[in-house]
Amino acid sequence: MSLFAILLLLLGLGALALWLGTRKGVAMRRARGSGIGTINSLPGYHGGFVALVALAPALLLLAIWAISGERLVEHQVLESVPAAARPVSAGDQAVFMSEVRGLAAGEIETAFNPAAGRAATIYKATRNTDNLAICGLAVVLMAIAGLWAWSHLQAKFRARRAVERVVYWLLTLASVVAIATTFGIVLSLLFESMRFFDRVSPLEFLTGTRWSPQTAIRADQVGSSGAFGAVPLFWGTIFIGAIIAMIVAIPLGLMSAIYLTQYANPRVRRALKPMLELLAGVPTVVYGFFAALTVAPAVRDFGVAIGFTNASAESALAAGAVMGIMIIPFVSSMADDALTAVPQAMRDGSLAMGATRSETVRKVLVPAALPGIVGGVLLAVSRAIGETMIVVMAAGLAANLTVNPFESVTTVTAQIVALLTGDQEFDSAKTLSAFALGLTLFGITLLLNIYALSVVRKYREAYE
Amino acid sequence: MTGFSPNAVLSPDDREPTNWQSARMRRRVEARYRAELFFKLAGLGALLLAGAFLAFLLFTIVRDGASGFRHSEVRISVQFSPQLLGIDPVAASGPDAAAVIRRGDYVGLMQATTAQLGLPVDVVSEGAWLALRRAVTDDPRVLGTTRTLWVPVTSSIDLLAKGKFDLARPAISRGISDRDVAAWRSLESRGLLRMRFNSLFMTEADSTAPELAGIAGAALGSLLTVLVALGLAFPIGVMAAVYLEEFAPRNRWTDMIEVSINNLAAVPSIIFGLLGLAVFLNFFNMPRSAPVVGGATLALMTMPVIVIAARLAIKAVPPSIRDAGLGIGASPIQLVFHHILPIALPGIMTGSIIGTARALGETAPLLLIGMRAFVTDVPQGFASPATVLPVQIFLWSDDVQRGFVEKTSAAIIVLLVVLLLLNSVAIYLRNRYERQL
Repeated sequence: MSLFAILLLLLGLGALALWLGTRKGVAMRRARGSGIGTINSLPGYHGGFVALVALAPALLLLAIWAISGERLVEHQVLESVPAAARPVSAGDQAVFMSEVRGLAAGEIETAFNPAAGRAATIYKATRNTDNLAICGLAVVLMAIAGLWAWSHLQAKFRARRAVERVVYWLLTLASVVAIATTFGIVLSLLFESMRFFDRVSPLEFLTGTRWSPQTAIRADQVGSSGAFGAVPLFWGTIFIGAIIAMIVAIPLGLMSAIYLTQYANPRVRRALKPMLELLAGVPTVVYGFFAALTVAPAVRDFGVAIGFTNASAESALAAGAVMGIMIIPFVSSMADDALTAVPQAMRDGSLAMGATRSETVRKVLVPAALPGIVGGVLLAVSRAIGETMIVVMAAGLAANLTVNPFESVTTVTAQIVALLTGDQEFDSAKTLSAFALGLTLFGITLLLNIYALSVVRKYREAYE
Repeated sequence: MTGFSPNAVLSPDDREPTNWQSARMRRRVEARYRAELFFKLAGLGALLLAGAFLAFLLFTIVRDGASGFRHSEVRISVQFSPQLLGIDPVAASGPDAAAVIRRGDYVGLMQATTAQLGLPVDVVSEGAWLALRRAVTDDPRVLGTTRTLWVPVTSSIDLLAKGKFDLARPAISRGISDRDVAAWRSLESRGLLRMRFNSLFMTEADSTAPELAGIAGAALGSLLTVLVALGLAFPIGVMAAVYLEEFAPRNRWTDMIEVSINNLAAVPSIIFGLLGLAVFLNFFNMPRSAPVVGGATLALMTMPVIVIAARLAIKAVPPSIRDAGLGIGASPIQLVFHHILPIALPGIMTGSIIGTARALGETAPLLLIGMRAFVTDVPQGFASPATVLPVQIFLWSDDVQRGFVEKTSAAIIVLLVVLLLLNSVAIYLRNRYERQL
């Protein structure tokens, strides 16, 4: 019996509790005669009260089981394995259990460990009986709590107050999820990064210029000692996301916004704005495919034609240019907001003095809107350096420190994907380094976002 | 007017009126107008450049992908001989017929049949024997008869039939062997080839052979993943928005919630993948590659979008509704659920659909939690391994086989059409909603 089925069963029983409570409420109202003041709360609230009281302990039990149950089953399975064949270290146990799970789910045919086959049957059986036991316990709990609530119902009982209090706490809980996610990100990144920094010093990570995360499988292997100097990655990220992409995105996005807000008549605007929205709605994997298949070969041919004989098929220019085009709608909409927030009086004043529209834009509107535009550009940079698929597909994995846009560079995000896909143990420095890179990326984008948002907000307040 | 001293009083007579007709002034005005025109054209040019890029992108994808929806089939005449198949005709009509028919040696029959074509290379797809089995399963009476069937060809022949190779170039650089070309010419001259709608592409899951690969598995995976994401993010997001707009006291705690929601909306998506990997997979031991984990990860990403949209929609509900509701004695919770949410719903839906569209096109976080698994079967449930459309596109784009280029583009067309439909619904809702308020 799967957890999902148990959940459905409990919810079905909850509906039953709702119906029973409502029926009792209706009966009480009928006994007292209809009209205001006969019973304190509407029958529906009585039903809601019974359902909530009945469901709460059962769902709590199920949640605890969903989180901790696997550990318990794991323990039972490991106990069942003969002591001689039982894996000892935590790492071995994890590998063994993942084999057992794979066998039980039918994903793998045969296991490396001969004991895993028998353990898989035990695993399946234990899982089943434990789930059944939990299901029975939950139903009993539910019946007790539901009966208590049902007998508690009276005409004078303030069922609505009780139900609304629960709803209020549920609303509060929902808003806490946002904080929990933020903390979850920070804690998980910090925790894994700490484990990485136990092996590699933070100084080497932040200032080293050699990146070669492959660690040797055999001790005598050459050239894979594992070097974790992330400077080439930081440079590649900045080169593609903050330099090349912005050289494309800032002029095009800003000019688009100026044309849309200052020149285009409403009909043209209605036709052109959806085009920008469409550009923003294309998934990044599509841009990546386009960059790798169409743009990159063209850029390489161009590079060879103008004399860069070492032009790479995975060039920084191809990835950066396509990323810049992806960012255009974002820059444009931020600049649009900033320009329309400039008070009309400033624009009118400039036009009344005899300035042409372009002079008004260049000498009055853009300087007045500059903080807003800069804030928008910073947000765009933060988005560009966090962008993954385009660089994974078009920028390659060679960690070069170069300013030649026709050469291949790699970025933080591309490395995270490369380090964490494929099969590897979770404990190696190579895998953990992805979390250190993630932490750096998270920190930088967070700072950029906070700073940019505060600039934008201050600027809006100045004109309000 | 020469020389200016503070004591001199400027009288209108001292200054000559601007002579707008003078050559110098005319040149100046002309230059200003030229600059104006240039600036305006630069603005229009920027927009048109962005538009041209979009058009070029769509053009190349449709050009490469349109052929992915069609495939070539070859006509073979199959003699369904029970001896070759190893099926006892008596048992095939007996009580255990289905099992007996399943056990037949269809691969062998297919090899025997294609040998009759007399070609030195394989022209029939390695999965074509499935068509033979289907024919027998559908109607066991074909056993012992000879039937004409159309079966899919190999990717090389298919691409040749679609004219994807430049045959004028020498064999070494055109990417296809002379033997394949000769086989294709022979089939073509005998009139054994035809081009049909590629139903395999719409009904099958991934495969190592391009001609057999389809998007059904990935599409179902996407659907399951997005269902989980929306099922978690929509209620939680709307509830959080209601709390923040209607009930939250103004204090440091609320500020913290607001700041984290605004920041989460701007956190790079790959960070959510790291979170999913560290928390859902390694801490909670949830199944790898499963839609439930992918959905939960995407839900965390989509939730801030929904919260922000829902707050705007709730804020836009006129205060008169609130006053009237409270005035006739509704409790704050009743007011929210009976009056404010129904009015704000179209706005909330618009934001949620846009968030869903974004989740549907998301690739990077799902790569990290293992949804790049090679899955040749349509996913069976929320906890079984699956892949999603964008990841399938990524995997195919990485494949060296040439046949996958058109598959990738065709899958992109499908994804873009779905996203376009979703966004159209969102825009329609927004327009209707804006007119009402």
